[in-house]
This record gives sequence, C-alpha cells and structure tokens, in this order.
Amino acid sequence: MKKQKPSEKLKEVGNDIVKQINKGKGPVINLPVRALSNVSFDRKSKTLVLGRKMAQRIFFNVAHAKKFLQTMEVASVSKNLLKEGKHASLRDVFYMIKRTVPGTKVNLVDDQSESDSCIEDLELITDHSREQLNVTANKMGSVVGNVTILDRGDTIQWNKLGSGGYSVPSTVEEIEFKKVDAKYVLYMEKAAVWERLNEDRFWEKNKCIIISSQGQTTRGIRRLLQRLYEEFKLPIYVLADWDIYGAYIYSVIKYGSIALAHMSEHMAIPSVKYLGITYDDIEKYGLQKHLIKMKDTDKDRIKQVASYEWFKDNKDWLRQFDMMKKLDAKAEIQALSARGISFISETYLPTKIKNKEFLE
Amino acid sequence: MVKTKAEELALEQREISVAAFFEKNRHLLGFDNPLRALSTTVKELVDNSLDACEEMKVLPEVKVEIKQVNETRFVVSVQDNGPGIVKEQIPKVFAKLLYGSKFFRMQQGRGQQGIGVSASVLYGQLTTGKPSKIVSKIGKGKPGHYYELRIDIHKNEPEIVKDEVVNFELDHGTKVEIELEGKYQKGRLSVDEYLKQTAIANPHLHLIYINPLKEKIEFPRVINELPKEPKAIKPHPYGVEIGVLLRMLKGTKAKNLLGFFEKEFSRVSRNIAKEISDKSKVDGNIKPQEVHHDQAEALVNSIKNTKISSPPLNCLSPIGEEALLKGLQKEIKADFYGVVTRRPSVYRGFPFQVEAACVYGGELNNNSEELVRVMRFANKVPLQYQQSACAITKSVINTAWKNYGISQSKGALPTGPLVIVVHIASVWVPFTSEAKEAIAHYPEIIKEIKLALQEVGRKVGSYIRKTVKAREQAERANLFEKYIPELSNALANLSGEKKTKIEESLNKILKKSMKDILAGVDKDIVEEVKNNHIEKEVIEKKEKQVKLR
Repeated sequence: MKKQKPSEKLKEVGNDIVKQINKGKGPVINLPVRALSNVSFDRKSKTLVLGRKMAQRIFFNVAHAKKFLQTMEVASVSKNLLKEGKHASLRDVFYMIKRTVPGTKVNLVDDQSESDSCIEDLELITDHSREQLNVTANKMGSVVGNVTILDRGDTIQWNKLGSGGYSVPSTVEEIEFKKVDAKYVLYMEKAAVWERLNEDRFWEKNKCIIISSQGQTTRGIRRLLQRLYEEFKLPIYVLADWDIYGAYIYSVIKYGSIALAHMSEHMAIPSVKYLGITYDDIEKYGLQKHLIKMKDTDKDRIKQVASYEWFKDNKDWLRQFDMMKKLDAKAEIQALSARGISFISETYLPTKIKNKEFLE
Repeated sequence: MVKTKAEELALEQREISVAAFFEKNRHLLGFDNPLRALSTTVKELVDNSLDACEEMKVLPEVKVEIKQVNETRFVVSVQDNGPGIVKEQIPKVFAKLLYGSKFFRMQQGRGQQGIGVSASVLYGQLTTGKPSKIVSKIGKGKPGHYYELRIDIHKNEPEIVKDEVVNFELDHGTKVEIELEGKYQKGRLSVDEYLKQTAIANPHLHLIYINPLKEKIEFPRVINELPKEPKAIKPHPYGVEIGVLLRMLKGTKAKNLLGFFEKEFSRVSRNIAKEISDKSKVDGNIKPQEVHHDQAEALVNSIKNTKISSPPLNCLSPIGEEALLKGLQKEIKADFYGVVTRRPSVYRGFPFQVEAACVYGGELNNNSEELVRVMRFANKVPLQYQQSACAITKSVINTAWKNYGISQSKGALPTGPLVIVVHIASVWVPFTSEAKEAIAHYPEIIKEIKLALQEVGRKVGSYIRKTVKAREQAERANLFEKYIPELSNALANLSGEKKTKIEESLNKILKKSMKDILAGVDKDIVEEVKNNHIEKEVIEKKEKQVKLR
C-alpha cells in the first residue's frame, strides 16, 4: 500500500475525529505510549523499538482536554504549512499556537516542550516525520569533507566552505549526493573540537568527513549520518566526552532514543562505533590530572543508563561506567589538548583508527 | 473637747444610697463611656418593651428614635404597644433604682435585676440635668399619664417634676424619652447593630428605628406568633446559696422546715426534704424563721449530697429553629443558614438551653479574609461588649472549625465569610458582671455551646464541601465549553467540515454526557464516603462485641 502524502494523512486524521463527533461520541485519539515503559531493545535490529502499549487521548476528560486541543492545534498548523509549502521551526510552532483560550485564564501552551511533545505525537498519529510535516528544528552542526551535494538546486562542495563548513539543515531528505570521497565519518560531540580538526585539515589528511553538533545530536545530523552509512557504506565513528552524556549521545546515534523510538528505523545506525574518549585513553595518555569531578546528578544518570536494556549486558561499557564512578570524574575531549594543541589530530585519532581501538 | 480621730471619721461616715453608689460606679451597669451609655440606654428600654409586650401577649410594635441635640447630647425615645404602667407605679418603675418584680422570680426574661431603666434615667439626669419623660396608657378609654421624673440620689426616691394627663396615640403602651450625654457611631458596637441583632433574635418584633442621621430603618416582622411563654419556676435546691437560703427561710409562709423545702423548691418531695434535714442534722419540724446561720450552712451542704432530679425544663423559651432561621434570613443575605436548638440542660440547678446558627457566604463573602463575626445572645438580648471574656467566644475558639472546611488559627476565632450565632436561654443567665455582657464559664454551659456549634458546624461544613465541589465542576464544564470553539476551529481546518457544525455537535455531546464527564472527578469523594461507612460498621461491630462480653 502506497504511503499517503502528509497533508492527506492530516486530513484523514481530522475526518476521523469529525466522524466520531458526528456519531455523538466524545472524540478520542489512540496513540502509542512514548515512555521507557513502552520502549524495548530489539535484539534483531539492534535498535530501540516502540512497544504496543496504546494510550487514549480523550477530549472530554479533564486531564486530557488541553493536550488533545494542543495536538489538534499543532496538526492544523502543520496542515497550513504544507499547503503553503513553508517550513516552521519548533519555536515558530510554539508561538503559532500560543495564546490564552478566550474566556479563561488558561494558556493553550505555556512552554515549548508542550508543543514539541505534541509534534512528536503527531508523527506517531500520522506516521510521518516532523520534517515531512514541515516542522524543522534549529539547525545546529557543521560538516566538512570531500563531498559534493545538490541542495535546493545549488551544487555545494563541502570542502570549499572555509572555516565554517557546510551547516547541516534540519531536513536532509532533499539533499542529493553528487560525489562522496571518504573512508569514514567522524562525528564529534564538541563544535570546538570540530573547529580544531578543520583548522588542521584533518579530513583532508585522513580522507574522511567530520561532523559535529553542539550537545545532543539533532535529527538532521542523525539522518545525515544514516544516509552516509546506508548509501555509501561509510563506517561511522563517534568522538565524545568520557562521561555519561557522551555515552548516551553515542547510544542515541546507534540505537535510537526513547522519545523517538518510533523513528529508530530512519535514524538509528547499529554499526556505529565509539572511538573515545575512554578510560583506557586516559590511562594511556596520562590524562588523570585533567579530569573534572562528577556531580550527584551525573551519578544518578549513570545508574539509570547502566540499567537500560541495551547497556545492562554490555561489559565493556559497564566497565567504563564503573571507572567513572571509581574515579568520581569525567573527561572532556579537549583534555587531550594537555598533550599539545594538535595532539588529537596528529596522534590520538590516527592511532585509534589505525589500531581499531573501538568501543561498541 | 477634742474629738478623737474615730469620732472625726464618724462624722463623715454615712449610708450610701444605691443611686449615689451608681454615680461613682456607672461602669458596672454599662455606662462607662458615652458610646456605650447611648447603646445601653436604648438596650434597657427596648428590652423592657419586649418583655412587657410578651407578658401582655401582644406582638411588639416598637419605635426607637435617637435625636442629636448637640455634639455630645442625644434624646433617646422608645415607644411600645405594651400593657402600660398604672399611674401610681410609673414614678417608682422609672425613678427608683432596684425596684421591680423580676429579681425574685425564677423566670426567663430579658432584664434580670430590675436596675436597667432607672439606671438610664439616672445617667441622663447626671449628665444633662434633665428629667426623663414618660407617657403610659393602660387601655382604651383610659387617660395617658405623662410624667417628668428625676431620682433623688440620696434617698433613692422618685422626684416628680411634672404630672399631667395627655393624649396618647395608642390604646395601650409606654413611651420613654431620656436625654443624655452620648456618642453615636456606626459599627459593631453601635445602636444600629444592637437593634439589628435584636431583630434577628426576635423575628416577631416589628421595629422602626430613626437614627441620629435621620435614617429610618425598618425591621419587619417575619413571625406572627409570640415565642413560647416562659414559665416561672421555683428555684432548684442545687442552685441555692446560703444567703439566698436564709432570705427564703425568713420570707416563707411554711410552718416547718420540711414544709419549707417542699413548698419553696422544685423537685423536692417530703422524702427528699427529710433526707436533706436528716443529713444536716437539723430538725425538720422547727420553724423556718428559727433556722440560724450554722444550720443553714449544714443544709446547703446536705443539699449537695442529696440526689435530686433535674428542675423542670419546659420553663424555657428558646427562639426556636424556624424563628431564628427567619430572623437571620431577613437580616443577613447569605447563601447558607444552619440552625440548631439543643435540648434544655442544667447548670447549678438552673435550666438553660443553647441555640446556635452558622450563616455562610452571600454578602459575607466581601470579608471572607476576616475573622468571623460571633453574635452572642442571652435570653434573646444581643451581647455586644466583653466578647473575649464570654464563654460563648471561648467555646467558638475551642471548636475545631477546620473539620468543617473553615480556616482557623490556633487559639483564635475562625476566618471566612461566616457569622456564628449563639443564644443561651435560661431562668438565670450567669453573667460575669452586672453589665450583662459576658457569660460566665460554667463547664456545663461551655459543653452545651460546643455541642451546638459542632452540630451547626457539620451543617455548614457539608454545605461548603458541596459548593466547592459544585464550583469546581462548573469550572471544569466551563473549560470544556471554552475549549470547544478552539477545537472546532482546528478540526474544521483539518477536515474541511464546517466549524459551526462541529461546534454544535461537540456542545451536544458535552450537554448529554456532562454528568459522566464530571462524575469521573468525583470518584475519589464517593470512595471516601464508602470508606467512612465501612469504618462506622467496624466500630459498631466492635461495640456489639463489647456488649456481648
């Protein structure tokens, strides 16, 4: 069966609810539960998948009414965007539906997280991604490498863009790869590290693509990584801080995330490998003096992540977590700079990749 | 010859008349400041009018007018349609202190000591020098007698300034006019408030009041029936003290002690009388007049150790639940009225009866942040002063109002849009002083007041719970109503269906299933009620088990 266009699907969702109303029934939306309790690790595909637990969102229920209304508002906004062929950011959508309900003191949305969550629900309801619904995130992230693409009719060479590189759009579906000349893709958590490697022309010397975003990996970047892996069979390596958040960034790229378990298929890359930083790096390069003390919240998060199904039997990772706890410390990628500003590009990365010192 | 110091002093020593005593101790009778003097004067006159009308069994029609003569001087006039006073008695009733019939009678009434009216006359005389003016007429065709009276302070005797026959507009009744130094202001301690509360406790009263600002305030009659007539009863032995006993012994017509007890007291049979005399080792056959002090003391002690049944309780005249409710409804526009009249009880051999009411919401919502008003009544008379010294206030403070959904800080009156009313009816209300403003702290009385307060507290509590619930439900229903146009808009855009049609259908569903929608929220409350029932059953079962053992 051919998948419907997003705008048709939205119309169908609307029709479906109107049908319920016309039958004299209070409108109800059924949607899967998006929480850890309904997310499981599929050992076969090695990704996070959404379970079958369904929840009902009932308009005539005091606890659901507002959320129901928010969801329909977001759907309506998306439909208008699709009709006009325009994209709006998550922040835009928040402001487009934000208002006080007439005759009450109730704000339809108080916080962007509410509208964001409704958009994620809408992905499940319509079976279309946010990008397909013309809602984008802020673009965040840069890429450089010996690659030529076609983006909205413009031919762009990633290696001819100076110090800034190509900034990864929030939707990469429309990008057409013209030429990809690389042996692997290196994704790093820190933009500052990316700038260091770009300045050192690491990608040129090592024939690779380097990508970064600040903090959590955006969907655009995850999708870009997946396309590079699937379309060009490039190995993907992750370079992150030696702390629990770095580990989780790697986990999200590899297995998918809990909130977006329904999108794993389009984003998870089970073959991703973790390059560093590891406890062994710290030992090998004598970085013990360049660690940062852990906070209590870090420890709680370690406990949480270590108990996830996709981590709890992974001895190599549990060892890393144990060492974090033991040292009561974490290490940033930049700690390598203690050994010299270009130590990372000249020694650390080439050695690791050559020796295949990966963590999986 | 040089006088000794004692002889010198003896020249200064003389009998102090009651009137002279009053002059120096006016605060004891409620004339301690100009504000209170004005209100006490109105109070004494109105109380007397009401008592007189009720004795005659006519529905009281009372007119009160206060005219301001100058900044500090007022003329108070009160007219009633009571039985009037026979000519010869008028001077004594109004211009002789401690003259009256009420003191020796064990009957529920407004005034108790018979000092009231003449004290006002005296106060007026002391502050203005003017005589009081009285007109009274005792029946159709009879003349109206007009007096101007003063009190001879030294002799405590009336001094007649004028004695005339005049026309009086009514068939019978009395009009009193007293000029006095005073102060008029509005507020809780005002005359206006006193009359309003009087109207609440006496809904059978029709009162027209013209205040010094020339505002005419009418308090309509809402009950066309007089309250139950209080019956005079003989004193009960438990309430008798040695001085009273000696006085009664002197005044009795009984031939011997046993006969005296039987005749002068309630609930004393020949056997009880014997028991009292046996226990006290005082011969029951001696003449009552011959009982001396020590013997009287022995008698009082033996009374305490003798089991005597409670005094008759049908002698009291409460306001009544219906009348109090109507009185409150006409004077306070509120959302809820809870009223209770308790069964009579006894303290120190005196029967008494407590009534209480809680008035909630409505116009009271304007001061919902303030401490609640407590309206205190004794024998249908409002008590305005000495609130904190009163047993009623203490009982209100010691009741746990939080149980009834009313907030209350520890050791304070509760707060909220609430008026608490407490009335005590008794043949002898125990006041803390002669000003009759605060009720003494007898444990029996406090206990009864608290039980009455708890009863009305439960009533108002269940009302508050219901309204709060109803308001929350209405808010929820309202929320759906406001959401529907918004949702219809979004759905119309998505589906292409007409907005008005979707809105109409949604509103229909809301109306149809409103109950179910809102019921979801009340499940918790229902559960709670169920649990209460279960608890009760468990307790009852336990009690049964105890009985079986």
